Amino acid sequence: MATLFQGVGAVTPFSASTSLHSNKLHLPPRKSLSLSESRGAIFVHRSDARLNLKPATPKQDLLIPNAIATKGDTSTPTKSGHELLLFEALREGLEEEMERDPRVCVMGEDVGHYGGSYKVTKGLAEKYGDLRVLDTPIAENSFTGMGIGAAMTGLRPIVEGMNMGFLLLAFNQISNNCGMLHYTSGGQFTIPIVIRGPGGVGRQLGAEHSQRLESYFQSIPGIQMVACSTPYNAKGLMKAAIRSENPVILFEHVLLYNLKERIPDEEYVLSLEEAEMVRPGEHVTILTYSRMRYHVMQAAKTLVNKGYDPEVIDIRSLKPFDLYTIGRSVKKTHRVLIVEECMRTGGIGASLTAAITENFHDYLDAPIVCLSSQDVPTPYAGTLEEWTVVQPAQIVTAVEQLCQ
Amino acid sequence: MASSSWLLMRRSRALIHHKNFSFYSLFSSSSCSSSSPLLKKPHAQSAGYSNNYSSAHHHFRFLRRFESTKAEAAQLELQHYVTDDDDNNRAIDFPGGKVAFTSEMRFISEASQKRVPCYRVLDDNGMAMKYSNYVQISKEMAVKMYSDMVTLQTMDSIFYEVQRQGRISFYLTSIGEEAVNIGSAAALSSDDIILPQYREPGVLLWRGFTLQQFVDQLFGNKSDLGKGRQMPIHYGSNKHNYFTVSSPIATQLPQAVGAAYSLKMDGKSACAVTYFGDGSTSEGDFHAGLNFAAVMDAPVIFICRNNGWAISTPVEEQFRSDGVVVKGQAYGIWSIRVDGNDALAVYSAVHTAREIAIKEKRPVLIEALTYRVGHHSTSDDSTKYRPIDEIEYWKMERNPVNRFKRWVERNGWWNDSNESELRSSLRKQLMQAIQVAEKAQKPPLEDMFNDVYDRLPSNLEEQERVLREIVKKHPEDYPSDVPL
Repeated sequence: MATLFQGVGAVTPFSASTSLHSNKLHLPPRKSLSLSESRGAIFVHRSDARLNLKPATPKQDLLIPNAIATKGDTSTPTKSGHELLLFEALREGLEEEMERDPRVCVMGEDVGHYGGSYKVTKGLAEKYGDLRVLDTPIAENSFTGMGIGAAMTGLRPIVEGMNMGFLLLAFNQISNNCGMLHYTSGGQFTIPIVIRGPGGVGRQLGAEHSQRLESYFQSIPGIQMVACSTPYNAKGLMKAAIRSENPVILFEHVLLYNLKERIPDEEYVLSLEEAEMVRPGEHVTILTYSRMRYHVMQAAKTLVNKGYDPEVIDIRSLKPFDLYTIGRSVKKTHRVLIVEECMRTGGIGASLTAAITENFHDYLDAPIVCLSSQDVPTPYAGTLEEWTVVQPAQIVTAVEQLCQ
Repeated sequence: MASSSWLLMRRSRALIHHKNFSFYSLFSSSSCSSSSPLLKKPHAQSAGYSNNYSSAHHHFRFLRRFESTKAEAAQLELQHYVTDDDDNNRAIDFPGGKVAFTSEMRFISEASQKRVPCYRVLDDNGMAMKYSNYVQISKEMAVKMYSDMVTLQTMDSIFYEVQRQGRISFYLTSIGEEAVNIGSAAALSSDDIILPQYREPGVLLWRGFTLQQFVDQLFGNKSDLGKGRQMPIHYGSNKHNYFTVSSPIATQLPQAVGAAYSLKMDGKSACAVTYFGDGSTSEGDFHAGLNFAAVMDAPVIFICRNNGWAISTPVEEQFRSDGVVVKGQAYGIWSIRVDGNDALAVYSAVHTAREIAIKEKRPVLIEALTYRVGHHSTSDDSTKYRPIDEIEYWKMERNPVNRFKRWVERNGWWNDSNESELRSSLRKQLMQAIQVAEKAQKPPLEDMFNDVYDRLPSNLEEQERVLREIVKKHPEDYPSDVPL
């Protein structure tokens, strides 16, 4: 893995060109991230999966313009590219890779003719046959093990967990075999597997379906973890993960599958180890990933109105952290706020706090503040569930306190 | 190798029930290379397996076969006919197929009256029993098999001693299970992928892993293919298609299904073979692995070394079924029980199982009954939980190596001078190899950080740098024979 800003193998010019890795470069200046209603049957979801920005948001397209204080209209407005939803972006990335490399295959529960619980693999079984898009019985440890065995024998499998929480059953295979066998075999066997699935707190899915597995997996040596948050980076990360020789765990979020965005028609692959600069700023660095990015951007609107200039970075790469981008930002703003969905204890935020303190202690003007969920199982009741997730108002308060 | 004379009625997925009771198979498989005719009549004899095709399998719904890499759905669409004289009124339809009903409430007992018999070819004195059918082997094959069994035995006894002398940290022997190791290895081809548990070094030995390579792994020196990262006995060699041993038990079973799936996608004429002990059959991975293999039509051979003990847990406390072989049918898998101390029986069974697995693209379960003569490992003293004379009995009277030796000798292919020559040469080679391995350098410090990922990431680079600084500062606190 290269460090960060050298264009490595899978990184196309699109992403390696500048550090302002903003979607903005490829989109019309007033980027609108609209949420349409969900299409197709979605497992367990309510049919109108919206982002919980305000309790009484009307069921229409919500506009979250990039609240950029400085005029950054560097790109010419292009109408090229095509619009799609995040799960379609994942599917597009998956399909392109399956087309490109016959060794790529998918396995998981209901991925075949059913098309996947979140429709990420819809249509693939019809196109590639039910051997390459394989339906498995319900045994997560076993189909993950199967994926590992297939990977060691030369295939490039993508294992889908119906919900990330179920992959706790696959922990043995992931930790003891997936992460280890390349090392313990002396480099003889590679395991180019991708393990993906939706995780995070959804809309009243109950405690067992609202797990944040990135905190449990982050210690496992030998694996890489990435989290996607927009259709653009979802497709790019999916492709990068498939092409990577290391085992990669791709974290998707249940509530983000229906985000709509315009993505380029050209092929692009993102780097697995890079963070994404969502909004450059001067006063405070806000580090976040996955769904919390949207809460942060919502809070950013308020903050801009109040006169603050937050720099928002979507860290994307959960293991390893992109300390280069983060470091540059910390050296500029001297204040760090981490907003995550993990529990307080042992989450990604905890590790990130430690990493930043260790490396950039001298540049900090204030202690790092980490906003995370409480150490409780996610309650089912809607109101209680809302309170376990960090809300924009909390983010605004935290920034105000941090910048005193 | 003997010709495959197993022309039998094959259990096809979709059948047409014909009045004459002969069964047709109508599926065509693009990846199946068999030249079998479509029509087969039931055959009574066989070289390998007997067909207990019962009349219960008349009616099948269309079952999806995971074969096509292109959407060949149309080709696989099969018609299901039910003829007139079907007893429609005595069968009910449910998901999963038609099932006859009965008004008599009868529970299936937990075990059948008789235990599943065990297939054996040689008697205790190494004589081929009358009317035994088995796959013939040539003199070269027999001599190589016997030599490798002796090699395995010698390796085990010497390495065990080396551990006791404190020169290696750990070892576990395969004493008593030489026939399972070598008999099965001999029946496979080098393309077959092996996923071992940890008591099958004989398979690697058969495939050409040298004594020096074995010893290098035990000492974890720089010539070790595993670069000193795993504990002794955890061999692995991709060149020999032998997956690196991973300690947690039964994890290799679902992986074997994955490997077989990969072979199937590539259309290779090879199968995945995985070994495990009686204790592994309690793990969830065993059940899921067998189920997966059956559902996916994966060409896997599951070889269970039922050696009676899982560390100190005897089989009576491991499961209540009639051993492991009966579990095969529960998952829809062909299974056989063989005398694991009879090298010829093991050879024949594995040879035939391999043909079934590859030609029919289905898994096979082989339960090899044997006995773990040694302790579980060098960390165990089995006399604490089992009587010494039981161990002695199996070591002497039921010794698989001696038994096979008598058969080979009786054929005039081996004599005492061959024996003494082999054993003394082996001792010399092993001693030599151990000397070389002991003196060899250990893997360098960088091998602690390499291969965690495909390329060294920045955090590991940093950690390596820090470690090097510390070692440089305090050399007296760190081993001196590790090159920096």
